[in-house]
Amino acid sequence: MSDLDAQLTDAGLQPSGGGKVLLLACGALAHEILALRAANGWDHLDLQCLPAIYHNHPERITPAISAAVAAHKDSYQRIFVVYADCGTGGLLQAACAEMGVEMISGPHCYSFFMGNEAFAAADDMTAFYLTDFLARQFDAFVWRPLGLDRHPQLLDTYFGNYTSLIYLAQTDDAALTEKARQIAARMGLTFIHRRTGYGDLTSALAQA
Amino acid sequence: MSDDDEIILADLNDEDLVAQMFDDLYDGMKEEIEEGVNILIGRGWEPYRVLTEALVGGMTIVGADFRDGILFVPEVLLAANAMKGGMAILKPLLAETGAPTIGKMVIGTVKGDIHDIGKNLVGMMMEGAGFEVVDLGINNAVDGYIDALIAEKADILGMSALLTTTMPYMKVVIDTLIEKGMREDYIVLVGGAPLNEEFGKAIGADAYCRDAAVAVETAKTWMARKHNRASAG
Repeated sequence: MSDLDAQLTDAGLQPSGGGKVLLLACGALAHEILALRAANGWDHLDLQCLPAIYHNHPERITPAISAAVAAHKDSYQRIFVVYADCGTGGLLQAACAEMGVEMISGPHCYSFFMGNEAFAAADDMTAFYLTDFLARQFDAFVWRPLGLDRHPQLLDTYFGNYTSLIYLAQTDDAALTEKARQIAARMGLTFIHRRTGYGDLTSALAQA
Repeated sequence: MSDDDEIILADLNDEDLVAQMFDDLYDGMKEEIEEGVNILIGRGWEPYRVLTEALVGGMTIVGADFRDGILFVPEVLLAANAMKGGMAILKPLLAETGAPTIGKMVIGTVKGDIHDIGKNLVGMMMEGAGFEVVDLGINNAVDGYIDALIAEKADILGMSALLTTTMPYMKVVIDTLIEKGMREDYIVLVGGAPLNEEFGKAIGADAYCRDAAVAVETAKTWMARKHNRASAG
């Protein structure tokens, strides 16, 4: 794991203090947000990331976002939450509405990377999704937390109903694509590669 | 452990054997659980007693340690797999001996959702607690639920969902029960990772159950209420 990914996974990222708009995001989106900010010259955007490992603990997301909004609301003109629902069961949406901050729409990052409309229409019920970040961090986010390193016999219990692994690629990275392909093989799933780029994330940040 | 230290289950008295089975269940040792069940049956234990005292007793400890953050999902699944091994031996025997049944539950994961780990755990624990369980599997449309409830003369409907996108389908099922004038005939329990108490109330379920142990206790409570209502009526 790279040093930055390790930091994004467990600690997140602190804001630099510059910019009028604070993005409160999942650590799993940091690379993509920073790339979009640099490519578009969006210097008005500052970025704080919560630990990406909250992906595995959605119950921690809403309280952490609420605390971050409370801590920073007087320091920025606007705060935008770069989380989709992400397994919070509507609680994050409700908290954001109560705090008067906007968030990106969609059920999770797979959806907005693919484009929420396309994702809803795709009907890939038996697909397991990876993004660039999750492909890089598969062992830390999936394999080890599910105990598959210690108990590989549980693979079918977890993924027996899945048929394919869809790698939604934000970038063209041959090594990462090969890694995703190997993950699919390890899980016994058919590998599908879709180059999505940043999907709905670009338009959401353009309006933030 | 050396061969000298190996525990011979058949050499243990009943009390020590059940205690050892608790440990084996906790450690997910399926073959040892199957052996223990066979030994107790061979010693003349009623299948229902083996189920409740050895298996459910052991899984209750697993459930409590999961709730308290001592055990995690992989270990619970291994324990459940071991219990499943024991249950497979006991099920036909329980049917023969006419063990008591508290009520009947139809359970399934909702349409569009293929996740069944939680549902399977609930189904197994409900069976262990004396409920008859009809498992509809994954990806169930409203008609499938309703047909099964009627055909099985069920008391309880259990619905599971893991996805934010699929959990609203539970309301479709409950609304259809209401439209058909069937809602009051069934206890409706819902569960799944993104759900919460508020969601359960909002869609008109009788209860949200955060884990399998809570589902069993909730089902027992609601069945007792149902019987009390029937007695009063």
